[in-house]
Amino acid sequence: MTIGGLGPQGGGAASSSAGSPQRHAIVVESDVVRVRQVVRSAAVAARLSLVDQTKMVTAASELARNTLVYGGGGAVTIDIVDNGRRRGVRAVFTDSGPGIADLDLALTDGWTSGSGLGLGLSGSRRLVDEFELESSPETGTTVRVVKWSR
Amino acid sequence: MTDRVDPPDEGDSTWISALLGEQAEILSHWIERAGEMLRARLTAAELARELGDLYGSLAQALPVAGADLRAGAFGELRALLAELSASRARQGFTPRETAITVFALKDAAATILEKKSVSFRAYRRFSDFVDELGLFTLESYIEVRDQAVLEQSNQLLELSTPVIKLWDGILAVPLIGTLDSARTQLVMENLLESLISTGSKHAIIDITGVGAVDTQVAQHLLKTVRAAQLMGADCVISGIRPQIAQTVVSLGIEFGEIATKATLAEALAVALRREGFAVSRSATGGVR
Repeated sequence: MTIGGLGPQGGGAASSSAGSPQRHAIVVESDVVRVRQVVRSAAVAARLSLVDQTKMVTAASELARNTLVYGGGGAVTIDIVDNGRRRGVRAVFTDSGPGIADLDLALTDGWTSGSGLGLGLSGSRRLVDEFELESSPETGTTVRVVKWSR
Repeated sequence: MTDRVDPPDEGDSTWISALLGEQAEILSHWIERAGEMLRARLTAAELARELGDLYGSLAQALPVAGADLRAGAFGELRALLAELSASRARQGFTPRETAITVFALKDAAATILEKKSVSFRAYRRFSDFVDELGLFTLESYIEVRDQAVLEQSNQLLELSTPVIKLWDGILAVPLIGTLDSARTQLVMENLLESLISTGSKHAIIDITGVGAVDTQVAQHLLKTVRAAQLMGADCVISGIRPQIAQTVVSLGIEFGEIATKATLAEALAVALRREGFAVSRSATGGVR
């Protein structure tokens, strides 16, 4: 089951990677902190505004924690993308966990299967420009987000 | 720990008897070689004592346990090696300098083993054994260093969450960097205890130095504020910068009835007012 292309940009525009992608494992809590730092420096390099940097870092923090807590650990690939007009930061989170049973429910504000506020997935979708979510019990969960410079 | 894991190897007996037979000579070579490599960063007497102890323990265990370092008879030697690497790590020796002390035994015994026409096979067994000793030493060295890093990060954790008294009855906790569960727990405990011990009724949690507020950080903050409120204290969150405010709104986090202020100064002004303090500029406009 897939949900995607719901951001303001309406679907993943063809974008090429500018610079080598960085892959980081998300296995312990301190990895979430490192993901934040890496995303922050990528956002600075892609010349995102301070607000957009903070939004992207916060979204990455949410998704990394989801990968850790609900996906049982996984990895993230972060790179700077270029669609010809603008630069942006892309982060792809993957885990091989149990998957999300009901994507629509998982994307509902306030719903959580754990003990959080239930805003991580739905909230991070509002923080980024592109959001794609793929999940199945066989392949685990992949979340791909992009934040473009203005 | 069993006393013999591998079957004895006939190659072992020749080098072991050589090492036991010429103890004094090999030991003095060992001290000399190790001393050269450390370039006098350790006094000759210290080194002689350390290596003397090691060699003594080695000579006791070899006839009993053969070349199996895992055997119980090598317990004392392992303890001595761990002690050696711990003291080297503390004194700032590099891993290389630490391991080289042990590896120098190969060089020190080579002449004797050659003189005794020990077979190549036996020499290899001896060499493998010294490698084991060296690797064990390195592992102990790394353990000591890891321990030190862990201690430092724990110290940092405590240092990074001070509770400051701003005024009579007004406390502040400036948060800087990353808020994870462990730190928030510490912040909450420190704050709640300080509220009691100082008899304060106002607490300000300042998040100017926090880079990003995600749902977990927000949840931790909300819990801390509610706990303070349960104790009858007034708790304000200050230092909410524009980018944080916009992100929190997009995320959909509700701070509800919890008071927030853009700056610590505003939060202090509110707390002072509630405590009954009046802060005003004097008629003369202050002294310059």
